[in-house]
Amino acid sequence: MLAASLPPGLLLILGGLALPLLPRLGRQALSLAAPLAALGLIWLLPDGVVLSTEYLGYRLELVEADALSRLFGTIFALMAFTGCVFALRQTNVVEMASALVYAGGALGVAFAGDLITVFVFWELMAVASTLVIWSPGTEASRKAGLRYALVHLLGGAVLMAGIAGHVAATGSIAFEAMTVDSPATWLMLAGVLINAGAPPLSAWLPDAYPEGSWSGTVFLSAFTTKTAVYVLLRGFPGTEILIGIGLFMIFYGIVYALLENDMRRILAYSIVNQVGFMVCGIGIGTELALNGAAAHAFAHIIYKALLLMSAGSVLYMTGLRKCTDLGGLFRTMPLTTLCGTIGALAISSFPWTSGFVTKSMITQGAADEHLMIAWMLLQAASAGVFLHAGIKFPWFVFFQKDSGLRPKDPPWSMRAAMILFAALCIGIGVAPGPLYALLPYPVDYAAYTGAHIVTQLQLLLFSGLAFFILLPLMKRTLTITLDVDWLYRVAGPAVAAGLRNTVGRAWTLGLGGARRGIDGLIAWTEATHGRDGALGRTWPIGASAVMVALFLLAYLMLFFLWPA
Amino acid sequence: MTTETKPRLVRVTEVPPCGTLPATRRPDERAPWIVRPEGIRGLWWIFGAILTACVLAELLVHLHPHFGVDGWFGFHAWFGFLSCVAMVLVAKGLGLLLKRKDTYYDARR
Repeated sequence: MLAASLPPGLLLILGGLALPLLPRLGRQALSLAAPLAALGLIWLLPDGVVLSTEYLGYRLELVEADALSRLFGTIFALMAFTGCVFALRQTNVVEMASALVYAGGALGVAFAGDLITVFVFWELMAVASTLVIWSPGTEASRKAGLRYALVHLLGGAVLMAGIAGHVAATGSIAFEAMTVDSPATWLMLAGVLINAGAPPLSAWLPDAYPEGSWSGTVFLSAFTTKTAVYVLLRGFPGTEILIGIGLFMIFYGIVYALLENDMRRILAYSIVNQVGFMVCGIGIGTELALNGAAAHAFAHIIYKALLLMSAGSVLYMTGLRKCTDLGGLFRTMPLTTLCGTIGALAISSFPWTSGFVTKSMITQGAADEHLMIAWMLLQAASAGVFLHAGIKFPWFVFFQKDSGLRPKDPPWSMRAAMILFAALCIGIGVAPGPLYALLPYPVDYAAYTGAHIVTQLQLLLFSGLAFFILLPLMKRTLTITLDVDWLYRVAGPAVAAGLRNTVGRAWTLGLGGARRGIDGLIAWTEATHGRDGALGRTWPIGASAVMVALFLLAYLMLFFLWPA
Repeated sequence: MTTETKPRLVRVTEVPPCGTLPATRRPDERAPWIVRPEGIRGLWWIFGAILTACVLAELLVHLHPHFGVDGWFGFHAWFGFLSCVAMVLVAKGLGLLLKRKDTYYDARR
C-alpha cells in the first residue's frame, strides 16, 4: 500500500512546485487533478499512524489519520479543488503554484501526528500564503504581504518557543490535548491564536486578505484560520479562556464590518467573526460544542469561499471593490447575485442552509452548560452576522442605489465553482446527516425542531428589519477604521523616527566626539613615536656622540660647580 | 428613503481583470419592479406579513426555554432587533473615534 502511505499534503506541494514548469493547459489540468487525487488519498488513509520517520532523535509521525483530521482534510482538499476551478482563468503562475503549496501545508497540519511536523507545515503555509498575497504585484499587496509575513513569522516563533519549552519539560512531541498550565503551553496557545485572528493581533487578516487577486483571496480565506481552529480543537479543547476570546472576536468582526466600505474587507472581518464562534465552541469544550466547532469550520470554508467568489466575480468584471462604487448589479449578474445571497444566508445560519445546522450546535452547547451570558451574546451575535454579512454585503454590492454599471456574469469556470459551493451550502443545510457522520464525536442533535426554526427566523428577520430601519445610519463613506495595526503602521515608525532624530542624533554627536578624540590621540602618538617622530626616527651616530658629549659636559659642570 | 434626482453612474477608469470595461445603463432602460417605488412598497408589506407570521408561529410550536427569559413571548424577535440596534449604535460611536479617510495610510508613505 505505497499509495495510501503518501502524505496527501505532499501531493499538492509537489503539484504546486511542478506547476510553473508546465504550459497553460497542463497547469490547469494539474491544478484540478492534484486536489482531487489528494481527496482520494485522504479517504484511503486508515486510522492511526501511517507514515513516520526518525529525525534528530525524535519519531516524527508525518501522517496520522482519525475522524477529525479526515474532516478537515476533506474540506481543505475540496476547497483547493473548487478554488482552482474558480481560478482556471488566473494567468498568474506564482499565485496558482503557491495556492497549491498553501493548501498542501494545511493538509500537512491536518494529518500531522506530532508538534514538530505541525510546525514545519505551519511555516510552509505562512510562506506560501505570503506569496499568494504578493502575486498581484501591486504596491498595496507588496506592503500588506510584508506586514502579513511579519505577523506570521512572529506567530511561528512564539509557537516554536512553546513547542521547544514543552518538549524540554515533558520530553514528548506528541500532538494531543494539552492543559494550559505552563509558560510553554501558553506560548503554544498564543502562537496558534495569532493565526486564528484572535485579539490583539486580529488586524493582520482584514489588512492582508483583501489585497489578494480576485481569485487569491478565495484561497486565503480558507486555510490559515481554519488550520488554527483545527490545532485548537485537537490541542486545547475545553480551555475556558477561549470562550471569552471567541466572543471578543465575534463582536470585533461585526462592529468593524459594519463600519467598512471595501466589500472584501467586510468579508474578511466576518472571517474573524465566524472563527470567533468556533473558538468559543472549543472553549465550551463539550462533545456537542466541539462537534459544532468542527462542523462550523467545514460549513464556513464553503460559504465564505462562496461569498468571496461572488465578490471576486464582481471585482473580475468591474475592477471595483468599494461599496460606494457598487450597487444595482443584480440586473446583469443574476447568478452571482443568487450565489452571493445563498452564501450570505448560509453565513447567517438561515434555516435550510449549512450555517443553521452547524452554528446552532455551538449555541446549544452553551445552553446545555448553562452559560447564560455566553448564550445571550452568541444569540445577539447571530443577529449581528445577518446584519453585517447576511444583508450588508449583498445589499451594498448587488442592490442599493444603482451604480449604472451593467457587467455580465463571470465566465463559466467561475460560475461553475460558485454553483458547486452554493449547492453544498443548501445541500448540507437540507440534509446534514452526511456532515454529522464525519464529525469526531457521535451526533445526538436535531437541528430541525419547530421551535428552533421559528426562533431563528424571528432573530434573523427582525435583525433584517433593524438593518432597513437603520439604513440611513449605514450610509457608506470613503473611510477605513483604525485598528491595532495602527501601532505598527504609524505609531511604531513615528516612534522610530522620533528616536532617530533625538537619541540618534545625540548618539551620533557623542560617537563623533569620541571618535575625534581617539583620532587625535592616535595622530599625536604618530607625530612623536611614528617613523619620522622625534622619538621614533633613527638618529645618525654623530648626533649620539654630540648628545653623549653634552651629557658629559653637564655632568662635569655639576661636579665642579656644586658647592662642596 | 432618500429620493434621488439624478441617476448615479460610476465611472470605471481602469480596465478590470476580465479585460473589457463593464457596460453601462442604456438611457431607455426600464427599472425592474423591485426598485420602483410601488415595488418597494409591496416588498415592505410582504416583509411585514412575514415578520408577523413568524412571531405568531411561536404559538404553534413547543418552545423549550433554557434560561426563563428566552421563554417570553417573541423573545428572539425583540432580542434580535434590539441587539442589532445596539450593535449599529456602538459601531457608529466607535466610528466617530476611529474612522479615517481611506487614503489615511497612503498619505504617510
